[in-house]
Formats: sequence, C-alpha cells, structure tokens
Amino acid sequence: MDNITILVDAPILLVQLLLDGLLAGAIFALAAYGMALVWGVMNIINVSQGEYVMLGGFVAVLLAEAGIHPMLGVPLAALLLYLLGWLIYRLVIFRIVDRDLFISLLATFGISILLQQLANQMFGADVRTAEGELGTSFLFDGMVTIANIKLAAALIAVLTGGALWLFLKKSRLGQAIRATAQNARAARIMGIDTDRVYATTFALNAAICGAAGALVAMTWIIHPYFGLVYTIRSFMIVVVAGLGNLLGVIAAGLGLGAAENFAGFVLGVEYQAAFVFTLLVVILLARNLLLGRKRQYLK
Amino acid sequence: MFRTTKILPTLCAFTLAWSALATTGVYAAETITLGAAVSFTGKYSTNGMHTKNGYDLAVARINETGGIKVGDNTYELKIIYYDDESTPARGTQLIERLVNQDKVNFILGPYSSGLTKAIAPVTEKYRVPMVEGNGASRALFDQGYRYLFAVLSTSEQYLQSAVDLAAERASAMGKEPSSVRIAGVFENDPFSQDVRAGVLDDAKRHGMKMVIDDKLPPEINDMSTSLTKVRALKPDLLVVSGHAKGAALAIRQVSEMKIDVPMLALTHCDSAQVIDKFGKTAEYALCASQWDRTLSYKDEWFGTAEEYAQLFETTYNYAPPYQAAESTATVLTFVDAFQRAGSIDKEKVRDALATTDRETFYGHIDFDDSGKNIAKPMVLYQVQDGEYKVVAPTKWASSELRHPTPPWAQRQP
Repeated sequence: MDNITILVDAPILLVQLLLDGLLAGAIFALAAYGMALVWGVMNIINVSQGEYVMLGGFVAVLLAEAGIHPMLGVPLAALLLYLLGWLIYRLVIFRIVDRDLFISLLATFGISILLQQLANQMFGADVRTAEGELGTSFLFDGMVTIANIKLAAALIAVLTGGALWLFLKKSRLGQAIRATAQNARAARIMGIDTDRVYATTFALNAAICGAAGALVAMTWIIHPYFGLVYTIRSFMIVVVAGLGNLLGVIAAGLGLGAAENFAGFVLGVEYQAAFVFTLLVVILLARNLLLGRKRQYLK
Repeated sequence: MFRTTKILPTLCAFTLAWSALATTGVYAAETITLGAAVSFTGKYSTNGMHTKNGYDLAVARINETGGIKVGDNTYELKIIYYDDESTPARGTQLIERLVNQDKVNFILGPYSSGLTKAIAPVTEKYRVPMVEGNGASRALFDQGYRYLFAVLSTSEQYLQSAVDLAAERASAMGKEPSSVRIAGVFENDPFSQDVRAGVLDDAKRHGMKMVIDDKLPPEINDMSTSLTKVRALKPDLLVVSGHAKGAALAIRQVSEMKIDVPMLALTHCDSAQVIDKFGKTAEYALCASQWDRTLSYKDEWFGTAEEYAQLFETTYNYAPPYQAAESTATVLTFVDAFQRAGSIDKEKVRDALATTDRETFYGHIDFDDSGKNIAKPMVLYQVQDGEYKVVAPTKWASSELRHPTPPWAQRQP
C-alpha cells in the first residue's frame, strides 16, 4: 500500500518505471524474436537461447577490456554468433529437425550446459560488465533519469527487429524461410533447399541473441550462468505473442517489461516474477476461452 | 616373452624395496593429510581458486618452517583436493570419498555457505572435524554441529557496522540516531537474508526505520525499480547485499540513474572488482570485508597481515582477497589444534579446536559452543581515491569516513 502512496505523491515516477520497463523489454524482445523464428520455422524450442545472449555479452566485455568501445561488440557479437550458430546447426541441430519435440529440448539443453561450462572455463565465473560510458539523460527536472545506453540498446533492438521483419518479407531467402515455416515439404518440392534455410534460421537466431547479449553486458551484468533468465523470458514472450507473429513478439516484450516493472514497484521485487507468470497464465486462459468461443461459432 | 615376465616382478620388487627404504630412511617427517572439496569449476570457480591458494600457501609455509611438532613427532602437511564442481551433491559425495577411501581425518571447508551446509552433515556423521573459512551463513551454527568450526564472522555481521556508522554520523551531526532511515535491497538467498536480519536487528536497536525492504530474486539483473523507490523516499543509508552481481548492479545503476544517497553500503565489492570496473563512480561506497591487510593482527607463521599479503602477492601475482586469507587461517587453526592436542587423534583434535583462543594474521580466533568465531569483527571499507580504506569499526580504522556522499550533480564525472 505504501508503494502506491508513493506513486500517488510523485506520479512522475510512473514515467520512470514505464521507461525503464519498456527499455528493458526491448532487449528481451530481441532475444525472444530469435526464439520465435527458430520455433516457428524449425519447430524447435531452443533452450540454449540464453547462452548465445551470454556469449554475445562476453564479446562486448572482451572488447571493452581491450580498450575498444563495446558498442562495436553488437555487430561483432552478431557475426561471431552467426558463425557459431551455423556450426552448431551443422554438428547437432540438423539431426533433430523434424524429430520429436522432446529430443530437441534435450539436445538444446545439452548444448546450453556445454556452452555455460566452456564460457566458465574460458572467461571465469566472475560477474562482468562492459562500460559504454554514454552518460545519462535527464527528463522532468532530473526527476526521471535514463541511462543513455538503455536508449541506445532499445533503439538497436527495435531497428534489428524491423530489419529482420523486412528481410523475412522482402528478400528471397526471407521468403524461403517463411515458405519453409508454412510447409517444409511443399517448399522442398518447389526447389527450396530447406536444409540451408534451417541453417540460416538457426544461425540468424544465434546472431540476434549475440547482439542482444552485447547490449545486456553494457546495460546490466553478465556471467556464464545467467543464460537461463533470458531463455525463460524469451519463452514467455513468444508464448504470449503467439508463434509466427514477429511484431507481436516486440509488443509482448515491451508490454511484459513494463508490467514487470510496475509489479516490482507496487508489490515488491520478490513478487515481480510471480506477477509476470500469473499474467502469463491469465493470458493463456483468456486466449483459450476466446479460441473456444470461435470454434463454437464456426460449428 | 619368458624373460620379460621374470624381469618385471623382480624390477617391481626392487623398486618397491628401494622406495620403502627411501621414505623411512631419508624423509623422517610423517605427514598429516587434510582433505578438501573445493570448486575448481562451476560458478564458484574464482573463489574456489582463492580458497585453494589460501590453503596451499599455509601448507607451503608450515612445511618450509619445519612442519608441525605434535607430541614427539614432527609432521608435514598435505592436502588432498577434489573439485566439487560448485554443486552441493558432488560436494557430499567427495567428502564421503575423502573420509572412506582416502582415510582423511581432517576436512578443510569448501567455498560458500551452500556447499558447507551440504557437507557438514557428512563430516558430522563420520565425526571428522571440519574447519572452514568460507561458509558464513548463520544457519550453519544452529544445527548443534560438534565437528564444525568457522574462522570467519557470520553473515549477519556483514553490514551491522554500516548501521552503527550511520548512527554515529547522525549523532555527530546533532541528530537522533533513531531519525536515520534505511533502505535495504537484499537478494532472496540464505546469505543475503542473514545480512538483512543483521541490519534489521541493528536498526531496531537504534530505533531506526526501514523505509524500503526489497528482496531481489537470485537471478536478478536489474535493480531499477528499487532504486526508483530510493529516489522517492530519500533514505539516509542504502544497504545492498546480493553477492558480486548485487554489488556490480548497485554501483552501476546508482550512478546511471544518478540516485543521491548519503551512505551506500555493500557486500562483495572486491569480488565484483568495483574499483577496477567502475572507477570514480564507485567512490564513497562502503564495503563489508572479513579482513584487510592493514589490520594490526599477527602470528608466528606469517608475521603481520601485511607480510602475509606481500608473501601471497609474490607467490600468486595478485593481492589476497579475504577469501584467501580466511582459507589460510583455516589451516593455521588446525595446526594450532594439532600442537595443543599433542596428538592427531581426531577426537582429541576436535576437543583442542573447541578450546582455540589465539591470534593469527587473520584476526583473533575463539570459537563459541556452536563452532563460530566470536572474536573477530567485520571491517568496513570505503572506496577513497580509487582504493579501499578501512573506516570502521573505529578501533581499526586507517582513514576518516567521507560522509555524506555528495550529490551526483557535484561529483566529477
């Protein structure tokens, strides 16, 4: 109750919470975008999602430690993770496309453990950060402060999301990816090399996560074992947005980010996650009811 | 073929006889074997390495200076290590192995309260004394364990001195200590909740009010909601405990969001390397520490705390974090107990441990009935001009506290 009183007394804090939530949500949305892509096209729930975010973060951290601005880590992480994604597809993932969902869960879970331990061996278990040193913006007489890195991160996240959406809509490869997602067999008959499409999709996902990770390292913190947080968030956002709805993923990411921040403020941070998961259940139930009604109508 | 089959056993017998002769004849000293399951891999691997370095430095020192005289015998020390992979289940298996297969009678603690909590029932079952320096949770000491001894201060003491310091400052500025308002942000894990309990106890003692009492989930990566509350409520003291990630996040986000708070107190600043990573933005932060090289403790093995720190630095090429110092003190505590027991019988050593009362370079060690060290205080650093300076408790302070922290608008970028 006290917390609501604070908000009533200082409504400007609502702006702070909203902005913080939206900006955080944008980065989560980026990682979720990749997951939606792989899930939609390959029917694989990739639980090693967060590990690509983590590896992307280490790229930015290592650059910063070498005296190079970590912002360069965004494209570099995307590139390196693209290659890693391709490699992982060629080694493991191609064996599990079209297989049981359970197998893909197990395989990607294995990859996630492997990547965690490798990162731990290579970079150590310490908490790391990359300093972008972009400063802070002040709004409303300094009552609302936004770290510029968060603004930049959100901008990059939205731009990347938009570019991807265009790529899928307009380019030949993008169209091939969508065709494969709709009906892989038909796509194959039409002469699309679905194996290549899958490889590209998986590598693209890793690249997106890598870029998100570089932003995470500049905004918050990273260490080899924090991937799971991002996997779960991505999963949640994709479930809320629904498969095959890439713009919905961005909307869900931003919305969940903001909702989470408000819940954290009003209910206390210990209920933040509980609130978001409850919201998830409510959304799923509501959607189920709506669908149920639709079916009845069609009868 | 015939020949090799004959030669081989002869050779083996010869080698065996020779080595037996060599060990009895040349190396008269016998060995006391200590066992340790420490995290070489997994999430505690960095602190696991500090722990091992601390243990190894003590063993090297003891053996260099002629070993330990126990009764009429002189012993050298040896440690058998296993990697617990930072997982409690593996830790318990390895202690079983150390006790049953390697026949180790003395256990050195692992890194972290969680792993110590996991293996303490095992050492208790086999009645094997364990001395540890890296498990601070107070839940370890209300189980009635007889064979567990901890040289470090328990976790509820970590930030108590910060509360006392805030009270002192309030009095100095002509205000009532009870007017101090505290904001607390604590990770929702056993360690940080212990820290919270300590802060609450002390706040209550001074009649202070907790205006914020947030529990961060362990997978936390953002503190901005709590800090928004801090901005609105303007507390006099902000206390954050959430291991290295809590410290890193607090320093980063307080500076990015330009949150003005007169006093900020943290745990795990040194594991988060806040000075190296955040430079000037870390200035004025107060950090809890178990030990510091500037303290005036000393012993006959290492000399002063500073001399210990120098030896550690020349051996491992980095300054000793307190995790290493407390690990070294763990081995020294065993050595002291062996000497006083005059025996390496584990029951006698256990009884000697229970009556430990001595000074080491790490601080005074005196166990209460539950096995925790009640003689050594925590110290509080402040980041001043890019260095950690001890500012509390006043008895050990090497520098004046800089208080209040100036607002961000007046601080040099």
